[in-house]
Amino acid sequence: MSELSVDHLLGIKYLNNSDIDLIFETADHFKKVINRPIKKVPSLRDITIANLFFENSTRTKLSFELAQKRLSADVINFSSGQSSLSKGETLVDTVNNILSMKVDMVVMRHPNPGAASFLSKHIDAQIINAGDGAHEHPTQALLDTYSIREKYGEVKGKKVVIVGDILHSRVALSNIFALQLQGAEVMVCGPKTLIPKYINKLGVQVETNLLKALNWCDIANMLRVQNERMEISYFPSTREYTQQYGVTKSVLESLDKKITIMHPGPINRGVEITSEVADSGQAIILNQVENGVAIRMAVMYLLASKIKQ
Amino acid sequence: MSPKVLLNTKEVNIILHRLACQLIEKHTDFSNTVLIGLQPRGIFLAQRIKALLIEKYNLPKVHLGLLDITFYRDDFRRSDKVLEANSTEIDFLIENKRVVFIDDVLYTGRSIRAALTAIQSFGRPSEIELLTLIDRRFSRHLPIQPDYRGRQVDAINDEKVLVNWKETSGEDAVYLIKN
Repeated sequence: MSELSVDHLLGIKYLNNSDIDLIFETADHFKKVINRPIKKVPSLRDITIANLFFENSTRTKLSFELAQKRLSADVINFSSGQSSLSKGETLVDTVNNILSMKVDMVVMRHPNPGAASFLSKHIDAQIINAGDGAHEHPTQALLDTYSIREKYGEVKGKKVVIVGDILHSRVALSNIFALQLQGAEVMVCGPKTLIPKYINKLGVQVETNLLKALNWCDIANMLRVQNERMEISYFPSTREYTQQYGVTKSVLESLDKKITIMHPGPINRGVEITSEVADSGQAIILNQVENGVAIRMAVMYLLASKIKQ
Repeated sequence: MSPKVLLNTKEVNIILHRLACQLIEKHTDFSNTVLIGLQPRGIFLAQRIKALLIEKYNLPKVHLGLLDITFYRDDFRRSDKVLEANSTEIDFLIENKRVVFIDDVLYTGRSIRAALTAIQSFGRPSEIELLTLIDRRFSRHLPIQPDYRGRQVDAINDEKVLVNWKETSGEDAVYLIKN
């Protein structure tokens, strides 16, 4: 059987098509496992994984931790708020200290783009990037495209629009890579100020009119406005943003076809989508969350199989 | 060296009938018994046994599930190749059922050990038995023995027992191959 072409999961841009197929096929099996009465397998019982979160996270951290426990791995958790980082320790020192406790794999979220890649060059453990600044969030893109594949049978040929704060979003970049790799057409939609200047170079279409974008697409992936990353104002007010880029029930009903709504969470209800839309039958937001555990199990299983004894 | 024939088509057929009859002797109408074929190689034998029980011995209903043990194996990260998973299809309850594991060759017993762990995820069977077409003697790593066996074979460790099925290889036969 084939194995992953990479030793670390740093970003979608390092993966090829057969890597994605392998991850998805493995996730299919794990999805069955997590729906059994006993949702656990002993595969990773001799593996220790450190979850290093240098930035806030709820769902990604929980999802990774649950996936690790479902695989029977030993887990240690670390959040920067309670750590010696505030005492001036460097990233490599912090991680090396943790690794000297015999850790095999590191799942890391960090506010700086490239942090996971940097770490993989200095550390003797397998690294999974759980989000590095506005750069990549590979497991999110995998679970998003896996959810599209689950709903439509394949990703190829689908039209996907990513709506919202593209500029600050690692989800957007990883999704663009993952969708294109699997043969989908990608459009980004949002206020001009929140769309990076050179996004055309990635081969995506740009649209500033939400209705046009929604009429074009099969699937809309709604992103949150990341206020915490904004040092200046990118749009006049949240209310104005909602009026132009918020998806409401009446917007959905005005379209010619039924599109699928996705959201990586956390949702700001009433801003990018209304509650009616988020809880409607067209949304697959909770499927995404469930698939997240299966995808992360698959990624960790496949990477762990490369650690030889 | 050409492979040695351990069982030809006729012998395989006779053995399958005998195994089916032995199962009926113990489990009568199969009302509380389920067959579990072990992925990947045991499923063909399991499907054959099920077909015989229904078509030749007129049993009304025989439950057959397929169990994949990949994630329960004890050689993860110890072999050079990645362990590839197969699908598990068990669409009935195992709780309090009499389970019969079916696999083509019993060798070290490690697969059966993994299957014993894996089946726990589907409930608590009242009893588990093991049926194998080929039982390789003197090669066990664990204290596991079959309850129903087709043929006992003495093979040394660098020999391989190959079971061919009509569905995949065009013939029913068992060969001993020297590496």
